[in-house]
Amino acid sequence: MDFAFTQEQEAFRNELKEFIKREFPPEWRHVKGFFEVLRVSKEDWKIHVAMARKFGEKGWLSLAWPKEYGGRNSPILQNILTEELAYNECPGYDIFGVGMVAPALIIYGSEEQKRTFLPRIGRGEIMWCEGLSEPDAGSDLASLKTTAVKDGDYYVVNGQKVWTSGAHLADWGLVLVRTDPAAPKKHRGLSFFFVDMKTPGITVHTLLNMAGEYEFNEVFFDGVRVPEENLVGGENKGWYVTMALLNFERSTIPVPAIARRNLDYLLDYARQKEFLDPVIRNRLAELIVECEIARLAHYRSVWLMEKGTVPIWEPAMDKAYSLELAQRVDALGMQLLGDYSGLIEGSKWAPWNGRWPYLYLRSIGHTLEAGSSEVDRILISQAGLGLPR
Amino acid sequence: MDFSLTEEQEMLQKMARDFLTSECPKSLVREMVEDERGYPSELWQKMADLGWLGLIIPEEYGGGGASFFDLAIILEEMGRALLPGPFFSTVILGGLTLLEAGTTKQKQEFLPRLAKGDLLLTLALTEPSDKYSANGIQSKATRENGDFLVNGTKLFVPDAHISDYLICAVRTKEVEVAEDGVTLFLIDSKTPGIACTLLKTMAGDKQCEVIFDDVKVPSDNILGNLNKGWPIIEKVMREAAVARCAQMLGGMRQVLEMTVDYAKTRMAFDRPIGSYQAVAFPCADMLVDVEGGAFIAYEAAWRIAEGLPATQEAAMAKAWLSEKFRAATAIAHQIFGAVAFEDTHDLGLYFKRAKAWELSLGDANFHLDGIAKMVGI
Repeated sequence: MDFAFTQEQEAFRNELKEFIKREFPPEWRHVKGFFEVLRVSKEDWKIHVAMARKFGEKGWLSLAWPKEYGGRNSPILQNILTEELAYNECPGYDIFGVGMVAPALIIYGSEEQKRTFLPRIGRGEIMWCEGLSEPDAGSDLASLKTTAVKDGDYYVVNGQKVWTSGAHLADWGLVLVRTDPAAPKKHRGLSFFFVDMKTPGITVHTLLNMAGEYEFNEVFFDGVRVPEENLVGGENKGWYVTMALLNFERSTIPVPAIARRNLDYLLDYARQKEFLDPVIRNRLAELIVECEIARLAHYRSVWLMEKGTVPIWEPAMDKAYSLELAQRVDALGMQLLGDYSGLIEGSKWAPWNGRWPYLYLRSIGHTLEAGSSEVDRILISQAGLGLPR
Repeated sequence: MDFSLTEEQEMLQKMARDFLTSECPKSLVREMVEDERGYPSELWQKMADLGWLGLIIPEEYGGGGASFFDLAIILEEMGRALLPGPFFSTVILGGLTLLEAGTTKQKQEFLPRLAKGDLLLTLALTEPSDKYSANGIQSKATRENGDFLVNGTKLFVPDAHISDYLICAVRTKEVEVAEDGVTLFLIDSKTPGIACTLLKTMAGDKQCEVIFDDVKVPSDNILGNLNKGWPIIEKVMREAAVARCAQMLGGMRQVLEMTVDYAKTRMAFDRPIGSYQAVAFPCADMLVDVEGGAFIAYEAAWRIAEGLPATQEAAMAKAWLSEKFRAATAIAHQIFGAVAFEDTHDLGLYFKRAKAWELSLGDANFHLDGIAKMVGI
């Protein structure tokens, strides 16, 4: 066992920290990365894109890719990148494009698709959204109803996706649709497409979440013509692409660093309090332990990928654990802030300009997004423990 | 980063597991609960012959010169088997203290005997106040003609009734700061004035009350320096906590495996109970807790082995495993149902041991308080 980073990895982390200090100017710092970047205005989205291009120029959006596609073949370096961005609340990393689409494309895409999309993702030119869930298909994703029918060199897509985070801001989307309604097993009749979000027939309707933010959307497809070259992984084989995609989703979002960042806000606050409730003090210490567990669990998944394996239940475990932990951090913050916790953005007396109640409300989504915690526990108990279906 | 064991470590683990599977069946664990000495001498000698007793003792003192991490691997297997006996008191509490604070002469005298299996040691630290902090040390040693006279009561001393020597932490100076003025003495347990009483415990582990009544100890028997014993205790307690965590991790892995095996085969309503999410999800949570325990215990053991600061990691590990091992045994009981509520079932042994180990060397709240102090809240 070895819990240390290599000199190269440490040097990269230091270079990154310096880069963020230098290249992420104070006037942009109201735009924060990861979950929070999806709630920004179209104007502020440009800051996310501008930062992405800066990272792209450095070659930092392709760190996990194989060398033949211009990467450094290191999921650990990619994780150091996302950790530092998350901890420093820096935008510019597209969790969908860089974290999920690119690695799934590397496994399942044709050479032509890789040549078309990878360089643009690597340069930070295009941002993505993920069209999986539908009004009647969430955890039971394979029961989805959106269809695609072949028509010449095109597939014609009809139906609706929902909870599509960032669809109102993204350039490209991925969608899983039904191409064979007669397939003996419903997941064998699904296909996976890349869709230009500007294609005629796509309507994006932004939904307000209970944290008061426009972050996710309904996406309607009405006779949307998608060129057949945007079919990924073959007709009726979309399920496998999706499983790989979700696996990358579970293993590439640096939730432990987000939780630790938020916990450190609370620790700073607690240090300044005249009287700190002993129960809350105890819980804060417990969260420090849990953040370290989450960090190690996440690095174990990343390390397995670094070795070239495809971990299944380990990312499900680290994702469920760390998102539930983030939820606990946000909830404890409300207890620590007491009556101040109810003060929202723009209010007099609101700590951190009311960010905490936003985090608290937003965290309701944590155990639902990227697959519910229940789906993760099914993976852990079946793939991790071999318990029967 | 590397989350795997080396080939040698895997061999060590397998060897330890095989050995303990054949030499330490649960029938022995039960027998030793009733046995006053609490361990079979032949097994002790076999472990000495395997090099386990001297594993981390340097070669020049008759040991194997292995790392603390290797020791943790063996401890994990001992915890899995619930190995009874004085390994922890002799090798960890006694051995680590001697290694840390002993003079060359003391090491030469005691460590080779320890490694050969000819010497049992323990650490007499806690007192009736049941505190692991320095202000719990109220026993005293006063000078008399170049020697010291030790007086006081030590409580919850593991295996004192069979130990050849006791390492005793006593106050040698009245000071305002409790951490100053503590001295460690290496005391022959046959010295007149020592009265040892074996206590009766829930988990069957051997804990003693040791009363010192004008016990004469030569000043040569000081371990470390006069009045400077507490930093040694802190270091040994830190390493002992991590060693305990390794044992708890092993016990927890065994409980998880037993439970999952049962959930796969036990039928209810024509299906294995493990196919119900009401059973599967608690098992999944147990796996998360086991994996988390492995990460943090291994990280702490690795840091100690590498000579890196490990204060916070050790506290984290003990806080986590204290809670999670106990919780795992409780979940397991719910899944096994009434069959494991019977005294003949092995799970009860783990349930009791988990509680005893949770509370020894500081429970979760004790270590969380330490972490809170470290981060300045």
